[in-house]
Amino acid sequence: MRSVYAVYRKEMGHYFVSPVAYVVVAVFLIVAGFFFRLYTGLAIQQSIEMAMEGMGTNTDVPGEVLNAFFGLLSTLILFLAPMLTMGVYAEERKRGTMELLMTSPITELEIVVGKFFASLTLFAIMLLPTALYVSYMCFHSEPRPPWTLILAGYLGALLLGASLLAIGSFISSLTESQLIAVVLSFGAILILWVLDFAVRGSDSVAGQIVQYISVIHHYDDFTRGVIDTSSLIYYFSVPILFLFLTVRSIDSIRWRRA
Amino acid sequence: MIEVEDLTKAYGPVTAVDHVSFTVNPGEILGFLGPNGAGKTTTMRILTGYIPATSGTARISGFDVFEDSLEVRRHIGYLPEAPPVYPDMTVSSYLDFVLRIKNVPADKRRARLDDALEKTALGDKRHELIKRLSRGYKQRVGLAQALVHDPDVIILDEPTVGLDPKQIIEVRHLIKGLAGVHTIILSTHILPEVSMTCDRVVIINKGKVAAIDTPQNLTTQLKGGQKVHVDVAAPEKPLTDLLAKMPGASRVEVTSHPGGHLTAVVESAPGQDIRSQIAAKIVESGWPLYELRGASLSLEDIFLQLTTDDAAHAAQPPN
Repeated sequence: MRSVYAVYRKEMGHYFVSPVAYVVVAVFLIVAGFFFRLYTGLAIQQSIEMAMEGMGTNTDVPGEVLNAFFGLLSTLILFLAPMLTMGVYAEERKRGTMELLMTSPITELEIVVGKFFASLTLFAIMLLPTALYVSYMCFHSEPRPPWTLILAGYLGALLLGASLLAIGSFISSLTESQLIAVVLSFGAILILWVLDFAVRGSDSVAGQIVQYISVIHHYDDFTRGVIDTSSLIYYFSVPILFLFLTVRSIDSIRWRRA
Repeated sequence: MIEVEDLTKAYGPVTAVDHVSFTVNPGEILGFLGPNGAGKTTTMRILTGYIPATSGTARISGFDVFEDSLEVRRHIGYLPEAPPVYPDMTVSSYLDFVLRIKNVPADKRRARLDDALEKTALGDKRHELIKRLSRGYKQRVGLAQALVHDPDVIILDEPTVGLDPKQIIEVRHLIKGLAGVHTIILSTHILPEVSMTCDRVVIINKGKVAAIDTPQNLTTQLKGGQKVHVDVAAPEKPLTDLLAKMPGASRVEVTSHPGGHLTAVVESAPGQDIRSQIAAKIVESGWPLYELRGASLSLEDIFLQLTTDDAAHAAQPPN
């Protein structure tokens, strides 16, 4: 446990001095903030227009904003998560510090867990400011959306992030080049995205299977405030699977040609 | 303390370590001497648990390096060829990290950190970012992490490479000072380093152990036969006869050159320095002596390849 914490601390320290981390977080917050403003403005305008045309005043402005915003979040997360994990293992191997870690009394699992939780913490820090203004909006809305909606949405975002960070970490452990890691991660995530898109609303068995595997599919439920047990299981299984693969991948470094 | 038996590492058709066996006694400093690519680093990586052996066994403090890898790693400090440092950390935060992953309890870390900084003369650099340090200082940080947790066994892979002569001497002093309490294996391709710091030496070439002995014994063997080169203006036959009759001379070879010069090579038995006699005899015969020099005879191919490119040694009187 002490070793996990040591690795965690070190990784957090690296993120704080890493320009990549700052850029990623900044870009995320700028884009998210911009679109939040956009969605809110559009929804309000739409509701005013509909009221003026006599189509009722029942538009759920906060609900619509939340829906659109969480959708945007997933897109942003898909693109930015690989950038947070690309250097996690690739850099260590390139610098030769992997040799230090692997000749110290620390298991591969401890290394992987420490690094993963550090990346997850950074991810959560990245999401936090958005939660502030989203909550603010909901608090000042009439009627006020249930806070469980926001909670579910962010839980989904966190779990989606955890899955993507685990996948990105695994890919990072396969190579010494950060560039290759980030390109491969993008590729993998893009494929997942396209797959998800392709099987939306599908009724066939194959379609349903792919839907279950899709990282994004489960997220949609969360954004609607639905915390489905099968989704929870899924969202815990994916990180565990990829962290396990990462452990094996690191161990396999020992067997590769010098 | 360290027992290596028949250790072999093959990467497909290439055998990097070929049935290597040796032991290191507690408190001893063992040198690993060999040209680049001999298998020194690979052997060390097997000992530290970084890579597994293809066959054979190695035990440190009684624990098998493969079966009980984690236990072995608790007892060793390791400096790889390139110091495994994180450029973005300060010296003290890096060493603190190392202390933590080496399982040193919290109450002892402060003291061990200060001790390591003192031993490697890094005291005034403790808050410096590692990426700002010069190569020599980075190497010292690497050395510091190898001993910061006070391990029983310290394994150093070319610890003086990249250091300036003054730093090299300091590091050698440091290593010598660690002996007794710690057991040390260090690898190098610099011959004098071995005779200055090590109690015993393993000479390794192309993956195989060529010799295991104390530096003194090896140096004597190396100095082995002497070859004496002379450049003389003299008639061929009389010179050849004279040189052949020299006590201790085992082989004479005379070559004549245009211009009347003869060069001769005289080989003598181990330990016999006949240079002064040759000089005296040649002058006595009235022949102009233009050059006389001695050269050590290498007994085996591997010694030929060992470079003595050590500037620090060049400044010292020959031993």
